[in-house]
Amino acid sequence: MPRRDDISTIMVLGSGPIVIGQAGEFDYSGTQGARALREEGYRVVLVNSNPATIMTDPSVADRTYVEPLDVESVEAIIELERPDALLPTLGGQTALNLAMDLSAAGVLERFGVELIGADVAAIRRAEDREVFRDTMAAAGLAVPENRVVSDMEAGRRAVAELGLPVILRPGFTLGGEGGGAAHTPEEFESMLEKALAASPISQVLIDRSLVGWAEIELEVVRDTADNAVIVCSIENIDPMGVHTGDSVTVAPVMTLTDPELQRLRDAAIAVIRAVGVSTGGANVQFALDRASGEMVVIEMNPRVSRSSALASKATGFPIAKIAARLAVGYTLDELPNEITGVTPASFEPSLDYVAVKIPRFAFEKVPGASSELTTHMKSVGEVLALGRTFGEAFGKAMSGRELDVRPRTPRDGAEALEILRTPSWDRYDVILWALANGVGEEAVREATHIDPWFLSQLGALAAARTAVGGSLDALDATALRTARRAGVVDRDIAVATGATELQVGERRRALGVRPTYHAVDTCAAEFEALTPYYYAGFEETIAPRSSSSARAPTGSGRGSSSTTAASTPPRRSATSAMRR
Amino acid sequence: MSPGETWVVLEDGLVLPARSVGAPGTALGEMVFTTGMSGYQEAVTDPSYLGQILCFAAPMIGNYGAGPGLDESTRAWPGAVIMRRAGDAAGVGGPTGWRTWLSERGVVAVEDCDTRRLVRHLRDRGAMRGGVTTEMLPDELLAMVRAHPVLDGRDLASQAAGPARMLGTEGPRVVAIDCGMKESIARGLVGAGCRLDVVPAGVTAAEVLARDPDGVFLSNGPGDPAAVTTVIETVRGLLGEVPVFGICLGHQMLSQALGLSTRKLAFGHRGANHPVRRSDDGRVEITVQNHGYAVVDDGLPDGVEVTRTSLFDGSVEGIAAPELRAWSVQYHPEASPGPRDARYMFSEFVSSLGGGR
Amino acid sequence: MINCNPETVSTDHGVSDRLYLEPVTIDAVLDICAAEKPVGVIAQLGGQTPLRLARALAEAGVPVLGTTPAAIDLAEDRGSFGALLDRLGLKAPPWAVANGGEEALAAAERVGYPVLIRPSYVLGGRAMAICDSPEAVRAYIARERPEGVLLVDRFLENAVELDVDALSDGEECWTAAVMEHVEAAGVHSGDSACVLPAQSAGPGLIAELEEQTAALARGLGVVGLLNVQFAVLRDGSIYVIEANPRASRTIPFVAKATGVPLVRHAVRLMLGASLAELGLPVAAPQRHVAVKEAVLPFSRFTGADPVLGPEMRATGEVMGLGGSFAEAFAKAQRGAGQALPRSGTAFISARDADKPEAVALAARLARAGLELLATGGTATALAAAGLAVTRVHKISEGAPHVGDLIEQGAIDLVINTPQGGQGARTDGFEIRAAAIRAGIPCITTIEAGAAAAAAIAAGGAGYPRALQDGGRPTRPGRAFRPGPTVV
Repeated sequence: MPRRDDISTIMVLGSGPIVIGQAGEFDYSGTQGARALREEGYRVVLVNSNPATIMTDPSVADRTYVEPLDVESVEAIIELERPDALLPTLGGQTALNLAMDLSAAGVLERFGVELIGADVAAIRRAEDREVFRDTMAAAGLAVPENRVVSDMEAGRRAVAELGLPVILRPGFTLGGEGGGAAHTPEEFESMLEKALAASPISQVLIDRSLVGWAEIELEVVRDTADNAVIVCSIENIDPMGVHTGDSVTVAPVMTLTDPELQRLRDAAIAVIRAVGVSTGGANVQFALDRASGEMVVIEMNPRVSRSSALASKATGFPIAKIAARLAVGYTLDELPNEITGVTPASFEPSLDYVAVKIPRFAFEKVPGASSELTTHMKSVGEVLALGRTFGEAFGKAMSGRELDVRPRTPRDGAEALEILRTPSWDRYDVILWALANGVGEEAVREATHIDPWFLSQLGALAAARTAVGGSLDALDATALRTARRAGVVDRDIAVATGATELQVGERRRALGVRPTYHAVDTCAAEFEALTPYYYAGFEETIAPRSSSSARAPTGSGRGSSSTTAASTPPRRSATSAMRR
Repeated sequence: MSPGETWVVLEDGLVLPARSVGAPGTALGEMVFTTGMSGYQEAVTDPSYLGQILCFAAPMIGNYGAGPGLDESTRAWPGAVIMRRAGDAAGVGGPTGWRTWLSERGVVAVEDCDTRRLVRHLRDRGAMRGGVTTEMLPDELLAMVRAHPVLDGRDLASQAAGPARMLGTEGPRVVAIDCGMKESIARGLVGAGCRLDVVPAGVTAAEVLARDPDGVFLSNGPGDPAAVTTVIETVRGLLGEVPVFGICLGHQMLSQALGLSTRKLAFGHRGANHPVRRSDDGRVEITVQNHGYAVVDDGLPDGVEVTRTSLFDGSVEGIAAPELRAWSVQYHPEASPGPRDARYMFSEFVSSLGGGR
Repeated sequence: MINCNPETVSTDHGVSDRLYLEPVTIDAVLDICAAEKPVGVIAQLGGQTPLRLARALAEAGVPVLGTTPAAIDLAEDRGSFGALLDRLGLKAPPWAVANGGEEALAAAERVGYPVLIRPSYVLGGRAMAICDSPEAVRAYIARERPEGVLLVDRFLENAVELDVDALSDGEECWTAAVMEHVEAAGVHSGDSACVLPAQSAGPGLIAELEEQTAALARGLGVVGLLNVQFAVLRDGSIYVIEANPRASRTIPFVAKATGVPLVRHAVRLMLGASLAELGLPVAAPQRHVAVKEAVLPFSRFTGADPVLGPEMRATGEVMGLGGSFAEAFAKAQRGAGQALPRSGTAFISARDADKPEAVALAARLARAGLELLATGGTATALAAAGLAVTRVHKISEGAPHVGDLIEQGAIDLVINTPQGGQGARTDGFEIRAAAIRAGIPCITTIEAGAAAAAAIAAGGAGYPRALQDGGRPTRPGRAFRPGPTVV
């Protein structure tokens, strides 16, 4: 159906100041949403207390309020501006909670403001743990089991029911202080005693431990006609036990078979239907025990989330823009895929590249803080890298981190494994070191629970980095191209050869080893992309001159021989030829 | 064979270097690509790929091994498989490494090929003949490619059909005309509660009716649908006598039996993300597709309606002739690999025959 | 556009003509420049990250638009920057350069305690510390094991820190803002609250700061944005702390507060326009009083001590706009999640140096109707000034102590300035942690405490101001009584 014209002014709530777990991704979503709504002809009133945002640039909305995001302040703005509707799903948990508070306080009713993009009942079904569990059960899906206890006896009963290992979370402590994972009955006894003491109200939540299970997220979008699409599947390389925001992740999912993947897809769509999100996006997180096939729904965020920004950049599908338009009445098939221009938004993006996200930490800024990665998020930013293969994307992402502190270098393999048993920000540096220095993939897997496929990929990257050791002059075009295609960037080659990054780059370019640029087009090249959004690869297409001559040397760059000149499309310009 | 001396060649002269990861040899066929991101073994064991060379647009293939649990048939069908990166470890998918699996089945397979370049080329120029070789130089291969028969006009259904067999123990009896039927389709039908009587393509209408079917199923398969004249003739003889349901090639054969014609698509639809709109309620299904031809909807005969349309290019994705109790879809409700949103069709068919779970 | 951060608007492919999602490293950037052959690269709008590449880009023949990499390096290099200041007749605090931890002690002796020590080319102020004595210097070296060049500056006690953001075309300079930090110099500017316009700087001082900024802009050859941090002592002497010839963290705040699109102007300057061509007004419009407050992620870090020091720890910021400093400050506190109470009980514990100011702010709170609680020495000082105050136990003095009272909800505001030294076991840490757990505002410097008292004394919740309204409250006439503007 066409967009609603019974509403004319829409209020959009931002996510406030950047904090851990809720950062610039909501500036991206909110800006996209506000712009989309204005393009549709609505008057947009935007509220965000954080001036360090694009969305608060006065050109983005019709009325921009940099005011506190609390009920009293927003009520005053509602009273002035009299919006017809409020869109709270683009500003993270802050905006959603605020919308619920405004609703509970009767403000929305008093001023006749309709909540769009989400409804109170759906939000409750997703966020109240008890209601969520029941909602999932009704949909035939399981959530992780837990019990809440206040004394040692109840704790022992809980473990008898749940089994070991378990995760203890003392209630109302900061950052999970006093909790942890217990693997044996003795460990549990002592940890429970500590946990009960740590909680000011002597309350401990005991979760059945899913540590080591695979963790997968799906970004889903649904409209009022019940069309639901999966925008992106994301696999957490750090398994359960590390918050998804602190995990290294990859899109699309790499290690699941199609039956496993479809099971998750079906479940994600069932979840979004059961919770009742009918105009917008949601993030659904699953844990999967590969050995037994057991699957549970960890949580569902009935709104645009941190992962939505990641999914949008990884696939080219602008979730927030689409969600804003769905909120005002469109269905997915009525919206265009702006990247192709000729197909609708009711489809699922297909990737012909690999996207790797690595989080960025800042523990060095906070002396005394624990740098162990757990179930409470601690990262302050992230790097996304796209590559033709997993190795290329991963190596690139590592190089994009801009570290202020050096990762640890273990003394030996034994120390490496010891370090790896506790998830840390530099674990991948340590893994690469370990794999290059005689530690087997199986030992690393045992210490980290990381899937063996990823470890074999890291092993290949480690080997490729080692292979460029020696003198820079000894590396010919083939060697350099092979290294870059394996994810070994110039800086890594510099480290291995003792040259500078600039020297490596100079030599590489002089030998004609230059990147090719490829478009993110949502459709794996099935359609031509209108939007120029690129990443680098090191592809080459060389044709031999004739069947009797020697093979043409590789690495001669984009020069074409006569056989290809006749068959490849004429080049429009030198620069556009490099872009594929 | 040392790496780098493997070539992919297209009939218009495009040459791409690659590295062999499968069996040595030379393969010729129609070059096609799929954008699906999952289920490599299910794709390669799909008989619809007979006569073709399959390029995976998704770059990382073979991540979880291979094994009997994921077979859609008993062999690999494309003459060659082109990948950007192919793994070889065992995994949840099975105990055999993917490269090993391909080699054991004599499939010419390559990695390190610029697959995106290849896909864009086919997208811009259309499907065409191609070849992959580990044993000769590109010019020689090019000559062979240009001498190879095109897929158009070729009836490959009988080559792809499996042996006659019976599946399922209760419920209405469905005779399935096998033109290269995927296992998951058989499972879907049997799972919906029917007895499945599978007969290879080539059977006549009389022979089918002699088996006393409650319904007839027309399977997917390789080749040019317009060339499968024997099966089309058979279907004509069945129309009105018994309910008919068809998938993919089966849809194309049913359509032709009803008087419609088929055309070649520029480069086919192969993937797991194609939106199809239902004409009854306007809803969109995300579908699995693998076809190079489509039914043309100019001049629909009386009693025939288009039930599904592609939202990518407007092509026909489903038809029905309600009075004749015949209907079909171009796409793959059994998925495998891909989204399973359309699996309800098996129940729909079987329960329309008076049975089903 | 080149960036690898998926969270930002800059990596929305609709924002630029071409987007490259690539690491911001020299090899990726040079490859893209080779393919695109741009007329130039803008490196001064992305913080330290692109600046680090600026020199390599210039050496590779890629034009860097705006302030030259050489000028950027000059501003960072203590030696050349110090020479420039001398040449311009400007003052910097005594400083020395130490090569590694070994030389740091000798450098500190030369400079004179207290000293601020940090490695050069810092990002966000990490690994900085204020050291009062040789022992503190030794502890810093042992803890941080700093490598490379260390900067050792005299730390100026009780100075007011003022930030100036300006636009320059290399010759002329236009001041966009003079901001005042609401906490003493020494707290990294990313972590403190600041107010625009500066509240305690008279026109004479402002003019002098603008002149010094202009001199620096000319001296450095700034084309684009310039940020200068000054410290002003009680005797009026002005010291240049640092100059950053690039967009600073305060630019978004200043742009929203003044309504001047600073980045747009900076880009035009970088593309060759002169300042005159921009058509700027003589002075930046004063549309609002604007307060920026830093937001810190304390609850995420188990065991971390939420004391503000030279290490920058803020993850984000909020802004409050008002017709007065008090209104703006109150709104900024609300936005930061620590709304100031309008009534109830305030707890004050001040170190010795802060006690006089603590008395003044306590008096204001008492007049506003709040009850006062204090520990030991502070209580004595308040009582001596004739204020009604209830003495409470420090945590180390045993229950019932202030930590208990906070948990019971008996306290609505904590003003607690540390006695010095960060220690997870001191009373101060416990009190501050308890306040955060209880969700009540916890103010850790006396300057911010004074601002809070002023806001509470003024009363009222403030009035919404749309940026499009050019500085008026959105519905004129709604009564709001402005409070005193002196901190």
